[in-house]
Amino acid sequence: MNSPSFQYSRAADLSDAVIQGSRSGNAFLAGGTDLLQLWKAGVMAPQGVVDISHLPLANVEYVDGQLALGALARLSDVATHPDVARDHPLIADAIKASASGQIRNMATVGGNLLQRTRCPYFRNQGLACNKRLPGAGCGALSGENRQAALFGANMSCVATHASDLAVALTVLDAEVEVFGVAGRRRFPLPDLYRLPAETPERETNLAAGELITGIHVSNASRFAACSTYLKIRDRASFEFAVVSVAAVLRVENGVISEARLAAGGVAPLPWRLSRSEAALVGRAPDAQAIGVAGDLAIADAQPLAHNGFKIELLRNAVIRALQTIGGRP
Amino acid sequence: MSRSSSINVSLKINGRDHEVSVAGCDTLLDVLRDNLGMTGTKKGCDMGACGACTVLADGRRIKSCLALAASYDGRSITTIEGIGTWDNLHPLQAAFIRHDALQCGYCTPGQILSGLALLDEKPGDLAAIREGMSGNLCRCGAHPNIVAAIAEVAGL
Repeated sequence: MNSPSFQYSRAADLSDAVIQGSRSGNAFLAGGTDLLQLWKAGVMAPQGVVDISHLPLANVEYVDGQLALGALARLSDVATHPDVARDHPLIADAIKASASGQIRNMATVGGNLLQRTRCPYFRNQGLACNKRLPGAGCGALSGENRQAALFGANMSCVATHASDLAVALTVLDAEVEVFGVAGRRRFPLPDLYRLPAETPERETNLAAGELITGIHVSNASRFAACSTYLKIRDRASFEFAVVSVAAVLRVENGVISEARLAAGGVAPLPWRLSRSEAALVGRAPDAQAIGVAGDLAIADAQPLAHNGFKIELLRNAVIRALQTIGGRP
Repeated sequence: MSRSSSINVSLKINGRDHEVSVAGCDTLLDVLRDNLGMTGTKKGCDMGACGACTVLADGRRIKSCLALAASYDGRSITTIEGIGTWDNLHPLQAAFIRHDALQCGYCTPGQILSGLALLDEKPGDLAAIREGMSGNLCRCGAHPNIVAAIAEVAGL
């Protein structure tokens, strides 16, 4: 193996993790499924790896309608947890559509949300990438950009976010709890992420050493019977999304009272489809309303040379997802 | 590679305790193969894609190429060396032979370990087996026979 060696240390507790994680050149290790790939590919070369996988943050708890997922809960444990499977099937479905059985046994909730993009220009040391090497340029802009973003990208970076779980949690209005030098903070999941702007190497709003401790989902069981995660990919399993859509509806007396939609694989972060949502509320879940929601989902799409097919794919995925759940009580 | 800061790691492998000195960046796969001489676990892609390195950690299947050995200190690991014997094959190993579920055999240890873990998850039909085995690639293309072998042991 040619990758440079690193120092391994195990965080004694959360405070120790923050102290060690704040040091320049250190990276956190949880499940390791992304960090080790990035290290072997030469994309990341940490001087120190701070193992947080043994910290007591693997809880899955459901009390009074509040679902709490510890940052170190394994994806497979979350997906098979009875309270998740029964009252939050969208989360279970998104996880079961992610990675493989082995990876789901290793990967954690926090690590999944912080996984790096699958953009081939980021993952290949020999190609230009502003995210990996600021100022190097974006090779995908004029290169192979089939999987590039339709929304939220700019000339500096067109990479997409790869997490399925993040898309599902976004429509459930999940909040992230983080802990760092400044103490504990809690904020809506989308606020974890940054658009590339002029600093695509900065993907999150976490401070140095700050780490995710948990995820909170409140009062989401009302969507349990009327949610779906539709993932479209190049092969049927163990593949990242080309386009995905998470959708939940509440239909009362034949009229949509609540609608939430988000798309994956199309933006640097889980992309909430707010205009589609607004157009659905107050309407019957019929073909016309669903078609309008599909049209509005793609209204602001900005394709590059090779990813234009994702526009029609996204529109149809929104329609298919809403058709799937629109007929349910 | 600098091995200046070696770490002592305790692993229970196939029921036997091992103390091994590793570098912080050594993967569980490399420690099994290179430090302990247990070469039944295979290195394919070394990037978590092919599943040849699949082992069980406390009964759950993982990819040992994406696991740091130091992080698995104190854990129970099961490798292909701990499954069946020459004279008394595990039923899944016997089913692999009956169904001709291998050609070159390089991916087979990982397929067996992954299949054993999948059987514990109680797949309900052939589609669930195909989906459940998507983390193990067979370059020889024995997938239909692998699915058939697992299905037989699952009673499907």
